[in-house]
Amino acid sequence: MEINQLKDVASQVRRDIVRMVHGCKSGHPGGSLGCTDLLVALYFEKMKLAEKDGKPAFEMDGKGEDLFFLSNGHISPVWYSVLARRGYFDVSELGTFRKLNTRLQGHPTTHDGLPGVRIASGSLGQGLSVAIGAALAKRLNKDESNVFVLMGDGEQQEGQVWEAAAFAPHHKMDKLIAFIDYNGQQIDGPTISVLDNRDLAEKYKAFGWEVIELAKGNDMPSVLEGIDRARAASGKGKPVAVILHTEMGYGVDYMMGTHKWHGAAPNDEQLAVALAQLPETLGDY
Amino acid sequence: MKKYTYTEKKDTRSGFGAGMEVLGNTNPNVVALCADLVASLKLEAFIRDNPERFIQTGIAEANMIGISAGLTIGGKIPFASTFANFATGRVYDQIRQSVAYSGKNVKICASHAGLTLGEDGATHQILEDLGLMKMLPHMTVINPCDYNQTKAATIAIADYEGPVYLRFGRPVVPVFTPADQKFEIGKAWTVNEGKDVSIFATGHLVWEAILAGEILEQEGIDAEIINIHTIKPLDEEAILKSAGKTRAVVTAEEHNRLGGLGDSVAQVLIKNLLVPQEYVAVNDSFGESGTPDQLMQKYGLTAQNIVEAARKAIARRG
Repeated sequence: MEINQLKDVASQVRRDIVRMVHGCKSGHPGGSLGCTDLLVALYFEKMKLAEKDGKPAFEMDGKGEDLFFLSNGHISPVWYSVLARRGYFDVSELGTFRKLNTRLQGHPTTHDGLPGVRIASGSLGQGLSVAIGAALAKRLNKDESNVFVLMGDGEQQEGQVWEAAAFAPHHKMDKLIAFIDYNGQQIDGPTISVLDNRDLAEKYKAFGWEVIELAKGNDMPSVLEGIDRARAASGKGKPVAVILHTEMGYGVDYMMGTHKWHGAAPNDEQLAVALAQLPETLGDY
Repeated sequence: MKKYTYTEKKDTRSGFGAGMEVLGNTNPNVVALCADLVASLKLEAFIRDNPERFIQTGIAEANMIGISAGLTIGGKIPFASTFANFATGRVYDQIRQSVAYSGKNVKICASHAGLTLGEDGATHQILEDLGLMKMLPHMTVINPCDYNQTKAATIAIADYEGPVYLRFGRPVVPVFTPADQKFEIGKAWTVNEGKDVSIFATGHLVWEAILAGEILEQEGIDAEIINIHTIKPLDEEAILKSAGKTRAVVTAEEHNRLGGLGDSVAQVLIKNLLVPQEYVAVNDSFGESGTPDQLMQKYGLTAQNIVEAARKAIARRG
């Protein structure tokens, strides 16, 4: 896809996000908006996905295709929107987000068979381990494709992340690419004041990872180039960590630069203000 | 009373190791994981035969459970193994979200369960694991009684699709079940048919129940002894059939009386039959250091305790 087309998709995904959380008066728009560019770049351009007749053909085992795991499951709105816009399921289903008897649970789950989702996430710190397991299975299956995982920066406070961070280099999991959404915010405030991640890149390096700093995580050309760099660094004996600098709430001015919109939904007026900043490009659900 | 004899005593964890050795050579999808307790879990033979299908995670149980869940996505059948305490309580949330809620085909294999771990003491003697695991939706919970049954159960769960908790232990106990048995998940095994009292036992306590049956026989009490090796799904039909016949029930387990086999049986009975039930279990406490025999004695888990419970249940029935 051309850069402009990807930007159009991202704009529509951001519209979806704010409309979804508005529709159920709950959910996590801030981190979702911040990670929109990454997920659009991965799913619409950079990931090798199994397809049939131009549509994604979802199989749980994902043999021969790149896999994506969302460890910080609370940013489900962006993932659901990207999956739907990519064709995993109908976009009309986005309107069911967080409502009773639906597949679009508040945090992603497999138990209702939602295409594109391979494991539940929400309780933080587990996704890197899961991605390692999936990458180990690929290694045993002689499958050379990549495994991507996205974590939050607040999530780095979970101890399990560091169990996994120690394991991956020891076992030379070099098909694994882990993104850390470095937006500097978490529920209780700026990460630097809640519990400072302090030299995160240096920590991953010390654990034996190849670390890439991606300074402009909300700039589509930079994101595309960063994913290329990460892929080029993979397969060389080390797992790859990408510190993805994003802005929480990116694309909606009043949601930016604050942790206030980590887990809050806009009211009707706020929704209108947000939508006015996000052009409708592919048609609202 | 049917006569049970044994020629040797063996630890159930060695039954697990033997089962893993068989699976290593028969099922190419089986992967073993361990958190720095390879010798304790008796995984040496599996690792010798299949080094590429063994994953050493180090002392990092949460990561081991997550990796296991991830392995299932690529079609593998992970057997994640460590001590029961670290395989359950320590990683409850990881099992809950990444395994049970996600419906992943992970086998959680837990050794050194209960008091009979012995001298290491209460930090390592989990008595709550059956309760923790049986409360998780989708989880199958299995607690076999001897070496042969543990080996058979290990092999059987590889062919069952879904999360399983397999519990075994460290002490050597009599090997009295057939070496060639077929293990049927969820199907209780009648050890002895009787008419006066039903003893539902699990794990190491099945042998104690047999010894209790012999003592009771001398008193003219004909005990029915049933091995509940699968705590979940529970063989309700077998329980009701037996309890309906004897109308006096004893449950016996190496577990806290809260949340274990006894409570599972009580739930079945209370909906269907008005019969007295007595628990042989640890009375809501932690364990402590000691030899397995001393601990079984002190915490009331011996054949003699089962005998007394049987008398009491019969007396309450009237």
